[in-house]
Amino acid sequence: MFGYYLNLGLRSLRRHPVLTALMVFGIALGIAASMTSLTVFHLMGSDPIPWKSSKLHYVQLDNWDVNEAYDRDSGSLPDQLTYLDAAALMASSKADKQAAMYKVAMPVQPENPEVKPFLALGRATGSDFFAMFEPPFKYGGAWDHAQDSQQARVTVLTQETNEKLFGGADSTGKRVKLDGVEYTVTGVLNRWQPRIKYYDVSNGPLSEPESFYIPFTTAIGLQMGSAGNNNCYKNAEPGWEGYLRSECIWIQYWTQLDSSARLAEYKSFLDAYVGEQKKLGRFERPLKTKLPDVNQWLEDQKVVSRDVEIQVGLAFAFLLVCLVNTVGLLLAKFTRKSAEIGLRRALGASRGQLFMQHLIEAGVVGISGGLVGLVLTWGGLFGVRALYEDFKNVAELDWQMVLITIGLSVLAAILAGLFPTWRACHVQPAAQLKTQ
Amino acid sequence: MLKMNHLSKVYRTHLIETHALRDFSIHVREGEFVAVTGPSGSGKTTFLNIAGLLEEFTGGEFLLDGVSVRGMNDDARSKLRNEKIGFIFQGFNLIPDLNLFDNVDVPLRYRGFGAAERKRRIEEALGRVGLSARVKHYPSELSGGQQQRVAIARALAGSPRILLADEPTGNLDTQMARGVMELLENLHREGATIIMVTHDPELAARAQRNVHVIDGQVVDIAAEPRMRGLGVVVPSAQHAAQA
Repeated sequence: MFGYYLNLGLRSLRRHPVLTALMVFGIALGIAASMTSLTVFHLMGSDPIPWKSSKLHYVQLDNWDVNEAYDRDSGSLPDQLTYLDAAALMASSKADKQAAMYKVAMPVQPENPEVKPFLALGRATGSDFFAMFEPPFKYGGAWDHAQDSQQARVTVLTQETNEKLFGGADSTGKRVKLDGVEYTVTGVLNRWQPRIKYYDVSNGPLSEPESFYIPFTTAIGLQMGSAGNNNCYKNAEPGWEGYLRSECIWIQYWTQLDSSARLAEYKSFLDAYVGEQKKLGRFERPLKTKLPDVNQWLEDQKVVSRDVEIQVGLAFAFLLVCLVNTVGLLLAKFTRKSAEIGLRRALGASRGQLFMQHLIEAGVVGISGGLVGLVLTWGGLFGVRALYEDFKNVAELDWQMVLITIGLSVLAAILAGLFPTWRACHVQPAAQLKTQ
Repeated sequence: MLKMNHLSKVYRTHLIETHALRDFSIHVREGEFVAVTGPSGSGKTTFLNIAGLLEEFTGGEFLLDGVSVRGMNDDARSKLRNEKIGFIFQGFNLIPDLNLFDNVDVPLRYRGFGAAERKRRIEEALGRVGLSARVKHYPSELSGGQQQRVAIARALAGSPRILLADEPTGNLDTQMARGVMELLENLHREGATIIMVTHDPELAARAQRNVHVIDGQVVDIAAEPRMRGLGVVVPSAQHAAQA
């Protein structure tokens, strides 16, 4: 009977095209508004590296002012480390993998005189970064630990940078000049653009990916300052060395800990490290360390902002208004069908069969609304991308959201159809048949 | 086939009670063609609706094909209605956006027949009313008489035990009415049980038996002074409501 009901539903929609169009567009508008917001919310809140997010842990230590927490409102720990701590943790090498990192900005000077120099953002980090976050390589690979130790002048380029500098050819082994210093290319990444830049939310979870990667040790050796956030609660001593010895925080530090036992061990190690530092007069606040995994870290940092949550709420309230409108239109439509419903009752249809028939008809409205809503959602996300550059990576429809859009639309239409359908199935057939 | 004993039907509002049927008794045997007559508001249609299981009754007993329908739930009543009863309405009640084939198909769908069985029954039913060649036509493309023939085909397609016709010629001109009436008479001759509600004394006279309803009760026409001289032709010895 499902096919029969579906056929009747389609015929019924064709019979009253204006009413049908009003219902479909009503639902489509509500769906588009809610799905546009929900897509942004979903992509910002989804696990960026689901296969290993529970193994990657961000390191948080509380080196801040004894009289004032880093975040006065929430009391949360500083979101970056000092160089002193990052260097000490790197030197201890207690995690299964570890990467200190910071954002740099440098002019890139192409060998090809026809390509103009340009300013590019890069990331100074350790070789483990590539094993931990698994960006795909197109050519070559990462530099190695020895090159980390030697402050080697090596680099990994992104596909886009490689396109600009070498026309997309395999550039491994070639040299590239960054801020007047020559680096040897060890690898070129394939296109890699996590929707959320989860490994550096301190400098903007929606910010652009880097154009190149260089060893952390090399950047420090070349006295390369951070192009990202830098927070100090007291003044640093003058000069580069003074800055490195300061309590300013500007370095992100990630570890990979492959089991809960390793996590517990590393937590103990961190606590012991802070205990030692306390003896040296640092870390005056109560001992507190944290090792949130990727998803906990994104939640702690409120990557999905309150504004986005409110926007989703408002969009769903709008969907509710659209559904109330659809309830009214379906009531009108089914009331007009009272005579046919009475006839079908007389010809042997039970209330249950008629309920199913009209619910499927409401579902057909939902599918139609979902398809139109999908087009409008695509348009809405296009608008978000056009208006807000930051959201361009998270304002895209994926298959999951397409299915959710259709599903939500059908569910919404069926919910909207419940009361009109119930009413329609309780018409007195005798009265309807006589008044035909 | 259809037996009602001391049936009553009361419509209640918070202000008044209306007794549409009171102490209503009738027995229609298999193969009978019964005409139910009576003035407007007498309870003819209420009787037909109860007989067709479209309305519940308030008191009394109602057996359809030997099955008591009192207290039946909606599903059971719908199933019984679908299997045992064929309706023919004054206004034809065809669904305008379905062609003839699909209109006749409606009760068969609820019966749960397979596609081949439905097709066979639809073609046979439309053949019996002389509309085999127009299965793809829509109701709006037919005359009133043809539409009523389709409605009769729809009523026949499920091989019901009884046909209930409510003023089947009320919306037709004389010529078309004659054609529809002849069709009903043919069906009766072939063995169909028919109950026809009508205002028309001439049509009633063509039925095998007349039942007259006044104020919700079956009355003996010969003994009813209000009916004398109205031209109601009562077949001899058949005017008693209960045979």
